[in-house]
Amino acid sequence: MDLIWKGILQAIALLFQGNPEILDITLLSLKVSGVATGISLLLGLPLGTWLALGRFRGRDFMLSLINTGMALPPVVVGLWVSIFLWRSGPLGDLHLIYTPTAIVIAQTIIAAPVVTGLTVAALQQVNPNLQLQLLGLGASRQQMILALWREARLPLLAALMAGFGSVISEVGASMMVGGNIRYQTRVLTTATVLETGKGEFAMAIALGFILLLLAYLVNLALTWIQQRGARP
Amino acid sequence: MPILDIHELMIQRGERTVLTVDRLQVTEGEVLAVIGPNGAGKSTFLLALARLLRPARGSINFRGKPLEALGELEYRRRIALVLQEPLLLDTNVFENVAAGLHYRRLPKSEINRRVGEWLNRLGVAHLRDRRARRLSGGEAQRVSLARAFAIQPEILLLDEPFSALDAPTRLRLLEDFQFLLAETPVTTLFITHDLDEALLLGDRVAVLLGGSLRQVGPPEEVFNAPADEDVAAFVGVETVIPGRVVKSTEGELVVEAGELRLEAVGEAAPGREVLLCLRPEDITIWPKDGSPLSSARNRLGGRVVRTTPQGPLVRVLVDCGFPLVALVTRASARELELHEGRAVTAAFKASAVHVITR
Repeated sequence: MDLIWKGILQAIALLFQGNPEILDITLLSLKVSGVATGISLLLGLPLGTWLALGRFRGRDFMLSLINTGMALPPVVVGLWVSIFLWRSGPLGDLHLIYTPTAIVIAQTIIAAPVVTGLTVAALQQVNPNLQLQLLGLGASRQQMILALWREARLPLLAALMAGFGSVISEVGASMMVGGNIRYQTRVLTTATVLETGKGEFAMAIALGFILLLLAYLVNLALTWIQQRGARP
Repeated sequence: MPILDIHELMIQRGERTVLTVDRLQVTEGEVLAVIGPNGAGKSTFLLALARLLRPARGSINFRGKPLEALGELEYRRRIALVLQEPLLLDTNVFENVAAGLHYRRLPKSEINRRVGEWLNRLGVAHLRDRRARRLSGGEAQRVSLARAFAIQPEILLLDEPFSALDAPTRLRLLEDFQFLLAETPVTTLFITHDLDEALLLGDRVAVLLGGSLRQVGPPEEVFNAPADEDVAAFVGVETVIPGRVVKSTEGELVVEAGELRLEAVGEAAPGREVLLCLRPEDITIWPKDGSPLSSARNRLGGRVVRTTPQGPLVRVLVDCGFPLVALVTRASARELELHEGRAVTAAFKASAVHVITR
């Protein structure tokens, strides 16, 4: 209990003192996870829409792949991204290993199936006759899709929150492709693992507390947007 | 030139043919009621006209041009489709009614004007800021219709627009809709399985049965002179008597039906097999021992098999050697003491009989 209490006090102190290293770690966490979630949205929303509304051979197989991807272990993702980005790997010449970009790549691979799969589910729960009705009112296909996104905005925002949640909290991939390098690739989760390994439990608790607070604040903002749309 | 000209249309789902229409022309400004039972292909027909289903064969011409020559979006922006359930967007009433106008990128002032006008005309102006999910069924359907009318379509396609409503709401909306169509003559094709709606609103009635168009004509022609026994059964001609013409003199027929000889008005040569069709409301019945004078040429003795109340009326099934269905008021049923087993005389005029040659 003493340990936990010390950790909370230390977290508050770190936040109020504006410790530069903690600030750097926090901002980097937000940046890489934010960018990865954004890219996942840019990929996952159109792909999920195509899978939800399309009728083509192989659709069910693709859906099963996406759903399987939602359960990808981050450490396995980290392993394969490392292999590709390694100096002697196929993309070694890009010199991306142990950079924030490598973490973004790995986290995008983790978040994209989550956003895609939940986009499919979100659009499939919209009345299928609405598509016909909108087309029958003169909507182009693009206008119809925008209208469907608007109709499903609550579950789509939930997909975005789930995508963000899956990457802000992962450690395996970040550790393997980022290397947890101080002031370069150290994020909240990898820093927490490091401090725990050093026996600095109070610091680890403080970092964990900040991580939770960060996740909460981002989701608070998204939830506010979501529920504002839900009000009758 | 008809606004729509349909030739040998065939729609298939997979290997199955679900709709065939040999020929149908729709005049500009007319209201065509498309009737038929569930599964007859009515909704399929409407979706094909909205170009949301591709025909396997045949053509649909719009103002003399085949639909294929028109851009798909260009055509769909000249019509409006209203599906059975009011599929409104999760926003307020104003934005719902404005939806089709936004798709056509009309100026804001024009959108405001049209939305205001049609909200007023459908009696839902007071709901303009209300969210669609908070509307009652009747209100939602009015908004759905306002959304379609605001587009000012050249053709309005309606799929059973009143079927999901309770009786009083339906009646009110029907009356308002009838008034709207009279004020704003837009070519309208609407689907219904309710014969009263077709009678009330339709300039012509098209009967779809088993996926094919069986008859098109003014309501009185379809309901009183059905083209065949299937159409007869659907439009409420409940008494259909097979017989053979034994005499034909200047449009007056004598038809042998079993042991009975019945008189009808029609054109058929002696020896021809025919079906005699009778609507229940054209049959008069009275107790067997009564014998009022009348001009009805056909009087048949029989026994009441069953009486079924239908609102203010009673459907009476009489066994005259064949089943005969009459419709009488509740008061008449009471006064005549029409109950199961009662011996009665049923009469109908020769002119009330519709003859179908086989």
